[in-house]
Amino acid sequence: MKRSKTMEFGVGLFMLAGILGLVFLGLRVSGMTLSTSSDTFRLEASFSNIGSLKPRARVTMAGVTVGRVEAIELDTEWYDARVVLSLDSDLEGQLSQDTTAAILTAGLLGEQYIGLSVGGAPEVLEEGDVIRDTQSALVLEELIQQFVSNMVTN
Amino acid sequence: MQSNIKHAISHVARLGQKGCDALESLGRAGVFLAQSAVGVPSREGWSLWLRQVHFVGVLSLAIVLVSGLFIGMVLALQGYTILVDFGAEQALGQMVALSLLRELAPVVAALLFAGRAGSALTAEIGLMKATEQLTSMEMIGVDPLRRVVAPRLWAGFVALPILTVGFSVVGIWGGYLVGVEWLGVFEGSYWSNMQASVSFVDDIGNGIIKSLVFAVVVTWIAVFQGYDLVPTSEGISRATTRTVVYSSLAVLGLDFVLTAVMFGGL
Repeated sequence: MKRSKTMEFGVGLFMLAGILGLVFLGLRVSGMTLSTSSDTFRLEASFSNIGSLKPRARVTMAGVTVGRVEAIELDTEWYDARVVLSLDSDLEGQLSQDTTAAILTAGLLGEQYIGLSVGGAPEVLEEGDVIRDTQSALVLEELIQQFVSNMVTN
Repeated sequence: MQSNIKHAISHVARLGQKGCDALESLGRAGVFLAQSAVGVPSREGWSLWLRQVHFVGVLSLAIVLVSGLFIGMVLALQGYTILVDFGAEQALGQMVALSLLRELAPVVAALLFAGRAGSALTAEIGLMKATEQLTSMEMIGVDPLRRVVAPRLWAGFVALPILTVGFSVVGIWGGYLVGVEWLGVFEGSYWSNMQASVSFVDDIGNGIIKSLVFAVVVTWIAVFQGYDLVPTSEGISRATTRTVVYSSLAVLGLDFVLTAVMFGGL
């Protein structure tokens, strides 16, 4: 009977290790935080071209990550891209209405992310508001095209 | 001339017979899985299950963890030499974690599991059949499917996902040892790149779904091959080989299908 007890103990330890491993993967590897989703608020921004921005991309402010891109969809009324951002709830009621959003690139070949910069208007953005002032992604082909056509006209 | 035709026809007939045999065997395997996996386990079944989890899970830990450590270390080493050319060695953590969680941990753990535990299950049940223990059980009114097969099946279903999680954890730690401690990747970027790119549901969750599927397939093949073999010493050796071959092929083939569905944008 003693043998069976140590075996049961071993199996219990094995399962506990499995659960702990899963917790490690969740917290340390996927960077899940224990805070609930109510700690964020959503804003929308329309871009005429998002380049290769992907859902779950970072949203930064002065280089500090303050949220992520939740969804990207095509607005069939204006035919531009509607990007839903979820930001830390600390920023709710802190961002002025004329905050600008720009799609930036990390490094030369890096991923694209959204950079926010605050304006000076007294009114603030609330849950579900739309950021009006946006700057689209730089598309390399368009830049080259512009450059070449400028050279030709000169 | 006529004997030639006769010969050819008998060949075709044998081919058809083989096809029918294979189909029949598949059908038997399906019925076998359905019969043994359902059924409420009794209190005694619980302790039988526990013993099997100990055998296929706890005793497989060593080989799985050591392999995971080395695979993580090799990944980091190989990844570093490639990424450093692009000046992107900060992405090492992301590369190690994603390749382990999505592919390597479920697949390699399943292959090791098939070799370490699957073959042993086949041989054990096969020897029980060869020495007529299974028939004697039936004679005294004990259902061998519930007494022998079901605990082993369920033990496999539970053990392999846990082993896979262990494999990933140790592999990521091995990648950390080589990448950060030895090659000098900045520790912060190792973890932060990983955390920015790994999603709990899409990457870890899908990896665990994969390993659950592999657990069912590998244990099923192992136990069925043992139950269905020709009860001779040669039959046992053939069935053990078949277990490893079939389950490795099934794992690799299914892995492609699952990857296409989960990550291929299908």
